[in-house]
Amino acid sequence: MAENTLERVKKIVAERLDVEESDITREASFKDDLGADSLDVVELVMELEDEFDLEISDEEAEKIVSVADVVNYIDGQQ
Amino acid sequence: MLKGKTALVTGASRGIGKAIALELASSGADVAINYSGSAQKAEEVAAACRDQGVKAFSVQADVAVEEDVKAMIKEVTEQFGQLDILINNAGITRDNLLMRMKEDDWDAVLDTNLKGVYHCAKGASRQMMKQRSGKIVNVSSVVGVMGNAGQANYSAAKAGVLGLTKSLAKEFAPRNIQVNAVAPGFIETEMTEEMGETTQESLLQNIPLGRLGEAAEVARAVRFLASADADYITGQTLQIDGGMIMH
Repeated sequence: MAENTLERVKKIVAERLDVEESDITREASFKDDLGADSLDVVELVMELEDEFDLEISDEEAEKIVSVADVVNYIDGQQ
Repeated sequence: MLKGKTALVTGASRGIGKAIALELASSGADVAINYSGSAQKAEEVAAACRDQGVKAFSVQADVAVEEDVKAMIKEVTEQFGQLDILINNAGITRDNLLMRMKEDDWDAVLDTNLKGVYHCAKGASRQMMKQRSGKIVNVSSVVGVMGNAGQANYSAAKAGVLGLTKSLAKEFAPRNIQVNAVAPGFIETEMTEEMGETTQESLLQNIPLGRLGEAAEVARAVRFLASADADYITGQTLQIDGGMIMH
């Protein structure tokens, strides 16, 4: 399940941030490693909410820094 | 000019909001008519918009209440499939001298006139960011720029809207969303009728063009800012006040 989530997240991140899927590691930080700005991260969270049909609160969204944060959050919800 | 665009106008059952809704409809935009209390009047405005050959419906929401606004934005995007234009017009007055102003009067005006803009812009921006385009026009007021005795709450809220406009303009600029404000002067509406004749007369002396404005004159400026003609304009305040304020 976790792998599956990671793959789905990678796909969205690759598309949204215009990076290669192969560059997206579990540990990658959106801002430091993948070139995202704060607005990109907000948008990413919005897209993940739609894709995984869940609502990420502002408090939780603020904690999201890396790919792993997203995957752990999503898996924790399901 | 706005054909194929969809718009949400808050506080559109009467006054300037109504004029804006009709103006956008006559330019070809589909329009959602928000109201808080006047359901029948709002539906009449929606019907008048439909007469222009566009889609229009009325939608209830108190912009001061976040849940209301969320539900409204959801309904509008579901009905129209997109949201291109948001006009934050809803506003109330609770005029009094500061020494007599109750905290409730302060809160009510700030909640509707300033926090309401925050709620609506936040709700609409999600859709606009996805679309990679959008126009937000906030209706401020000349008193937000120059102040007015007896309107501490109203002028504070309207000045707040101008600061909010500039910050949002900067935040959303990378996503091609333009955010501007209009600052109407004294416009013939129910709101200004309440001022009384002596106040109105002394006002006229401060208006270079020597008359009150019409709601339709504000609406035309708003339509400009909501159109592609204003694609390179953001974070600005357009005075529509007969020359009261000159920058």
